Amino acid sequence: MSESIQRQTRDLQALNTDYASKYGFHDPVDYFHKGAKGLSHKVIEMISRMKKEPKWMAEKRHEALDIFYSKPMPTWGDSELLNEIDFDNIYYFMKPIEQQKDNWDDVPEYIKKTFDRLGIPEAEKNFLGGVSAQYESEVVYHSMREDLEKMGIVFLDMDSGLKKHEELVHEYFGTVIPTADNKFAALNTACWSGGSFIYVPPGIDVKVPLQAYFRINAENMGQFERTLIVADKGSRLHYIEGCTAPVYSTNSLHTAVVELRAHEDAYIRYTTIQNWARNIFNLVTKRASAYKNATIEWVDGNLGSRLTMKYPCVNLLEEGAKGEILSVAFAGIDQHQDAGAKMIHAAPNTSSRITSKSISKDNGRASYRGLVKVHKGAENCKVSVECDALLIGDDARSDTYPTMEVDNDQVSVEHEARVSKVAEEQLFYLTSRGLSEDDARLLIVNGFMEPFTKELPLEYAVELNRLIQLEMEGSIG
Amino acid sequence: MTDKSPLFEFKDVHVEVEGKEVVKGVSLKIFAGEIHAIMGPNGSGKSSLSNALMGHPMYSITKGEAYIKGESILEMESDERSRAGMFLAFQYPLAIPGVSVANFLRAALKSHRGEDADMSDFRSLLKKEMAELSIDPAFATRYLNDGFSGGEKKRIEILQMSILNPSVALLDETDSGLDIDALKTVSAGINRYHDDSKGILLVTHYQRLLNYIKPDHVHVMSDGKFIKSGGPELALKLEDEGYDWIVNQTTVGA
Repeated sequence: MSESIQRQTRDLQALNTDYASKYGFHDPVDYFHKGAKGLSHKVIEMISRMKKEPKWMAEKRHEALDIFYSKPMPTWGDSELLNEIDFDNIYYFMKPIEQQKDNWDDVPEYIKKTFDRLGIPEAEKNFLGGVSAQYESEVVYHSMREDLEKMGIVFLDMDSGLKKHEELVHEYFGTVIPTADNKFAALNTACWSGGSFIYVPPGIDVKVPLQAYFRINAENMGQFERTLIVADKGSRLHYIEGCTAPVYSTNSLHTAVVELRAHEDAYIRYTTIQNWARNIFNLVTKRASAYKNATIEWVDGNLGSRLTMKYPCVNLLEEGAKGEILSVAFAGIDQHQDAGAKMIHAAPNTSSRITSKSISKDNGRASYRGLVKVHKGAENCKVSVECDALLIGDDARSDTYPTMEVDNDQVSVEHEARVSKVAEEQLFYLTSRGLSEDDARLLIVNGFMEPFTKELPLEYAVELNRLIQLEMEGSIG
Repeated sequence: MTDKSPLFEFKDVHVEVEGKEVVKGVSLKIFAGEIHAIMGPNGSGKSSLSNALMGHPMYSITKGEAYIKGESILEMESDERSRAGMFLAFQYPLAIPGVSVANFLRAALKSHRGEDADMSDFRSLLKKEMAELSIDPAFATRYLNDGFSGGEKKRIEILQMSILNPSVALLDETDSGLDIDALKTVSAGINRYHDDSKGILLVTHYQRLLNYIKPDHVHVMSDGKFIKSGGPELALKLEDEGYDWIVNQTTVGA
């Protein structure tokens, strides 16, 4: 533990930069294919054609586009910000290279450099079982350890998944999140590209994490990755997702759909560290279905973006299923993190725990929006919800919108919500021991995040603390 | 009296809290090796004085001077006062959830030394000091003061003092909330810290701490002023007769 802190401190010292220079760079790119801006059935047709996909998928896309058109923009959440999105000013499909690579040396130099700077090849070497690197609309590099492949584990980008395992994809695609679930799920279904497809056979424990990294490079880009993870009976998996983008003056859109299915006794942990530039609209639908005695854990870290609307969900469909959602959000200047969690108890003896932590700084705004639904027959359920907000500065804002719908009385529910400020007394206590006020504040913030950070693999915990440090630098009044 | 200059000194210090004057002109010189005790009834301004000297933002020193080793502290932020060699053991130490005792101490030590302490040196120092104060080693990884009992918090204050090794320690009601065993351990910790290069200012309501830590000078504070100073025997007299006689005496005298 202390060694990690030592390393972290060293990293912090070395760090004298901001998002723009560390993540916000962009590459001059000669795309293999770059369509025109705007969305239409013609664009969808083009995507479908380029992917040479089966007819049923093409039909699904067109149907989804009609649903997208027919659904109004959400009127809840931050509709003022949402309505800033100009759907005509977005590229819906950009294919950077013709063919995906499985060797970093074959990836074009400028793209490889990008992922080098983001530390992806190094992480792959050191502790990952497989890596997928998506650049704009498609995965440009993908690789999995041979021994994992031999165990029958399937880890592919979604496009290859559809090609190689059409029957599995056909069976599960859109079953956890139907096309018409919401306007943005429909948008994703219409123009999805990239993302991950994972299948873990019965009884297999994938002992090393698999990771996908999503990079937006172009301006006015729409990234619509689609992820489907199926953990068969008694299997276990930890999947990690990371994202960054360059800093531009106009907005880009990231609209993913992520579906998880954990069959009987299976376990899936899905960890996200998103670190978007401040011009990204991040509107993501994430949902999991947990069957008998299965466990789903969403570990969700939200940094950056202009507006994030994301509410990971677990459907607890059979007895003994467990769901856990642990999320943090950091809302800095001009940012709104509207994040939350949903737990649907549809069977008896299911349990769920939601822990939401948010930090708002300057005029940043963090909202917790949550739903816990316990259905009529779902007796002896356990529900725990804890929301913890930390405000830094007088203009920071935090809101909590918790909804509990409990339709039977055999349920144990715990709910706690706290809002605190970094207290002057705490700062004085730490500064009286020699820490500068900035260091003291950072220590308090890192401490506040600790229940989240300790759940991350060490490398990611260090990275997250660096990101928090970046966010804390600068504009404190 | 000695010719040497004092280690710590304040002159005619006035302190305001929320616009109200609570310390009304007090002066003191602490020479290296000395232990001073400020005693007084509740509300006499003792804690306000120690907080103000450490730089608490709510306690402003409106008038007066204060020096550590001849250097004025009044323009310093509290972290600078700490690095200049001052320490305040809090009456009510604050909890910092998510920050372990070990990581906090390491960060504090680093701010004093300007560089990270060697990991194994730090570990053995921490282990040794914790053992001296009969603190369960498990506390190293617990979150600072989070859910600690009153006695545990006070031990952790003394642990911080031992590790940071300040020149001047202000101990604000360090004996409050301690049972007799804890009082003995904490006092032993303070005595171990003390040597002829250090100065201690004990702020206490009760005499019982002074059974274990022998002060060279005792000052009685009432209504923001020192109303009487003397040797250790003054503390004993206060123990026997309470504060009333002395407060009345000075009121009459005034």
